[in-house]
Amino acid sequence: MLPIRPIGPISPMNIYWNLFSTFFRIGLFTIGGGYAMIPLIEAKVVDEKKWIGREELLDLIAVAQSCPGIFAINIGIFIGYKLRGKWGAVVTTLGTALPSFLIILAIALVFQQFRENIYVERIFRGIRPAVVALIAAPVFKMAQMAKISRYNIWIPVAATALIWLLGFSPIYVILLAGAGGYVYGQIKEDKL
Amino acid sequence: MIATLFLLFWTFFQIGLFGFGGGYAMISMIQGEVVSHYHWMTMGQFTDIVAVSQMTPGPIGINSATYVGYTAITNAGHAWYWGVLGSAVSTFAVVLPSFILMILISRFLMKYKNHPVVENVFSGLRPAVVGLLAAASLCLMTPENFSTPSECPWQFWISVGLFFFAFISTKVYKISPIHVILLCGVAGLILF
Repeated sequence: MLPIRPIGPISPMNIYWNLFSTFFRIGLFTIGGGYAMIPLIEAKVVDEKKWIGREELLDLIAVAQSCPGIFAINIGIFIGYKLRGKWGAVVTTLGTALPSFLIILAIALVFQQFRENIYVERIFRGIRPAVVALIAAPVFKMAQMAKISRYNIWIPVAATALIWLLGFSPIYVILLAGAGGYVYGQIKEDKL
Repeated sequence: MIATLFLLFWTFFQIGLFGFGGGYAMISMIQGEVVSHYHWMTMGQFTDIVAVSQMTPGPIGINSATYVGYTAITNAGHAWYWGVLGSAVSTFAVVLPSFILMILISRFLMKYKNHPVVENVFSGLRPAVVGLLAAASLCLMTPENFSTPSECPWQFWISVGLFFFAFISTKVYKISPIHVILLCGVAGLILF
């Protein structure tokens, strides 16, 4: 059980509102994915609100990265849980998710009609190749972070081939990779 | 209708549960389930969703769950308010596993972060996530997104050009993805 830390002079109701509005703002101003929001979280949660320390934030980033799910949501859950238990986590989750949910819903409601429009179609014909490139670009940076060497390069290559050429679901690839890492560790241990 | 809602819930619950490696790796899973497996939408529609998610604030996982939930239901011929329900169900489902797991795992991982079994599992997961990213971009290189040299050489070669422009400007020159998408949208409007 993580310690639930009392927050100085702020009254209990205020802390829920405070958590909600802080993470609502973080959700609203995060453009371009999870890693883009780290500086914003640092400014809000560490410097301004002093809810967690800077080192604690680094640990938290590592945990949020190694857990499944959405990075921003994971960070919100952790901080909410730490400060006010599971209701704190509920409040931060709602705060982080709500801005995107409302904006995307509004767009979805009108986009179906727009999509048929010839100009919108042209714009999206230009955008689609760019989106593919934006997804391709972080592959090499991720490879560096995952410490890909000539000994384990076959893992990402095999994962790519299974999904792209053989049509496997990425969910099974992830499960297989985790199980493979576990079994490999066990074999290595037996040999020692 | 109810069956589709249930399938949306189940699909996004799994995506939330096995979505390691951040937004782009998650896109690969969403694409696998939503386009290849259930045929809720075409590859072109899916790419548009990724583009819209890129340009709007908020985590990509939430954005695409909201959007896919709406589009899958309305594509099946149901009214817009059922689409809104579809969005809510998908978004709730993609967050739920994080919520449960993050609370459990943050307790567990803080304690066992350096345990050999945990390290072994992650040594298999990290390289596989790199493969997931590579597969996500390869799977999106379709005639629908790029056209083909025989069908429309003009659009094909412009698309290839826009792909390399987007790749180099984000990877080498670190230009913000939002600006890249806007520029390619303008190029599409003028050139196509």
